[in-house]
Amino acid sequence: MSSYQLTHLQQIESEAIFVMREVASQFEKPVLLFSGGKDSICMVRLAQKAFWPAKLPFTLMHIDTGHNFPETIEFRDKLAEKIKAKLIIASVQESIDKGRVAEEKGINASRNILQTTTLLDAIEEHQFDAAFGGARRDEEKARAKERFFSHRDEFGQWDPKNQRPELWNLFNGRKNHGEHFRVFPLSNWTEMDVWQYIAHEQLEIPTIYFSHKREVVMRNSMLLAKSDFIQLNGKENYEKKDIRFRTVGDMTCTGAVESNAGTLEEIIQEVASARITERGGRADDRRSETAMEDRKKEGYF
Amino acid sequence: MGSNNSPTTKEYMNMDLLRFTTAGSVDDGKSTLIGRLLYDSKAIFEDQLEAIERTSEQMGDSYVNLALLTDGLRAEREQGITIDVAYRYFATPRRKFIISDTPGHIQYTRNMVTGASTANLAIILVDARNGVVEQTRRHAFIASLLQIKHLVLCVNKMDLVDYDEETYSKIRADFDEFSSKLEIRDIHFIPISALEGDNVVEKSENMHWYNGPTLLYTLETVHIGSDSNQVDCRFPVQRVIRPQSEKYHDFRGYAGRIESGIFKSGDEILALPSGFTTKIKSVETMDGKIEEAVPQMSVIITLEDEIDISRGDMLVRPMNQPQVGQDIELMVCWLNEKKLIMGGKYGLKHTTKDLRCIIKDVRYKVNINTLHRIEDDLSIGLNEIGRILIRTTTPLFYDSYKKNKATGSVILIDEFTNETVGAGMII
Repeated sequence: MSSYQLTHLQQIESEAIFVMREVASQFEKPVLLFSGGKDSICMVRLAQKAFWPAKLPFTLMHIDTGHNFPETIEFRDKLAEKIKAKLIIASVQESIDKGRVAEEKGINASRNILQTTTLLDAIEEHQFDAAFGGARRDEEKARAKERFFSHRDEFGQWDPKNQRPELWNLFNGRKNHGEHFRVFPLSNWTEMDVWQYIAHEQLEIPTIYFSHKREVVMRNSMLLAKSDFIQLNGKENYEKKDIRFRTVGDMTCTGAVESNAGTLEEIIQEVASARITERGGRADDRRSETAMEDRKKEGYF
Repeated sequence: MGSNNSPTTKEYMNMDLLRFTTAGSVDDGKSTLIGRLLYDSKAIFEDQLEAIERTSEQMGDSYVNLALLTDGLRAEREQGITIDVAYRYFATPRRKFIISDTPGHIQYTRNMVTGASTANLAIILVDARNGVVEQTRRHAFIASLLQIKHLVLCVNKMDLVDYDEETYSKIRADFDEFSSKLEIRDIHFIPISALEGDNVVEKSENMHWYNGPTLLYTLETVHIGSDSNQVDCRFPVQRVIRPQSEKYHDFRGYAGRIESGIFKSGDEILALPSGFTTKIKSVETMDGKIEEAVPQMSVIITLEDEIDISRGDMLVRPMNQPQVGQDIELMVCWLNEKKLIMGGKYGLKHTTKDLRCIIKDVRYKVNINTLHRIEDDLSIGLNEIGRILIRTTTPLFYDSYKKNKATGSVILIDEFTNETVGAGMII
């Protein structure tokens, strides 16, 4: 490759930085949605690069379901402190306590859907007009149709059939009062790109991405981690296995994979030979063929 | 391709990126073609394949409908059509690919223009049984209008014409004749069968008369290195970076992306619109100083002298300046159901500049099937293309779109709905 042409990773990095700078300039009060997962860790690094040597011109916000892996929460707090960013935590438990949402019932109960209300309430409360998300188009078919700048109406809703065309690199962030945008700088990244970027930038990630021994239960052909949030039915049993997680979601709906990958290099090899998508292990996406689209329309991430 | 198709980390770091757009309708076998590229390059996963197998069965399809991979929205699945541009990704050890897959039926022009605006290459599919048809010409015209540098004409369904060389040669000659009117210089022709896999990834056993490369090989090797403009230095300022911290007390940098040309420290530059000249002190990133900043890089430029520069301004070379003006001629593709209003005022975005404009004149409309000019009906509605004159509230620093996509493109915005209603290419 000639030095006058960027590699693909340099190109998508530059594109993400460009998008972040556009948001900081076009909006009054952006926020970066931060989960402690690998995609949002990349987002934080890109934001640092976009505004260096200045500090991030926005806060981080975590929508905390209360069902997170403790390792992720610990990592989240450490990272926020390290980069001296302000971190807002919007709690699903508080939304439940206030009666804004009701907890799901039954053995497969999850707080996944409840996050939407907490997220939209927090956006309104803090008057954020743009929220960065780490979603990628390769993750899921409804996301393949997302824009970089994705408009949300005053109810926080997405209208997939009526999206603004996005041409060249001219991003139209104009909106009326009360509306906001979701912005996805990693739109053109794949799972492999994210891992290669983490390796290249030597980014720290939560330990649950690496192989470790853990008690898990097989349910609906998914391996779920032992936690206080999961009730076993009579026939189910916990088993100790060597596992790791490909995504970081709630303990109630994020499936583990059996794996011995203990280093980034090994994870990359595993991702390269994987025959199942990373979200294949997410019960929240499996509820129906259009589960993601339906949640996104309501204002989900 | 086999099982060793996954790039190693070292290869991965050196891969470049090809963005291509695919045009055509379902009937041309476009989805089958994309499905095959994704499947053979292992970009389709088992759970995705199982999901579409299930859905195909539910919908009563007798085969696995690969279109369901890209048609992800509920309405698309229900109606069996593609509504919107879908983006798909795959990689081989040589390159990463981004496909913008645009629908054939509905909102055709709007979606193809959107998908084509960022593409290096366009694939146009022709059904070997039908040859070059109106739709083929329309696709090629839009690719040419958007200044896509490389075009691959795939003559598909060769299996249905007994892999006949003469059929292929005739289609090729027909297209050659038409494309001489266009501005695309690099055109490739490949006879394929997307369904049977001939010449897509593997060389065909059925067409020994064809000595050219397969489609995948063409996509992997088409030379895009010299497509970017490395001559005309253009740096639209996105943001002024002033940390005001102890360590970087006097730091004042201009953040933006190099749109074209090469920038390096010591270069004399001119700031527009102020007209002040100074020298580049350094080109910076968080990872360190850059010797030579090349097109597409997001960087921070610091200058020797403190001059007044803000978002929307542009850094250029004194001896190579863009045009400056308020009366701009452009080709516009209309993207909205509400027609273009003669004399109407619109929001305008050009590079990092936000301003307004008024529509002064509609010169003509283009019949996108015949390429003829229409001068007796000047109303420009959804999916129509025409040449217009606008006047902007403040001067633009621009180049023709042909010379420079970044400084030659604009979008028009409805000031009431905030929707993006027009895509403009400066003449």
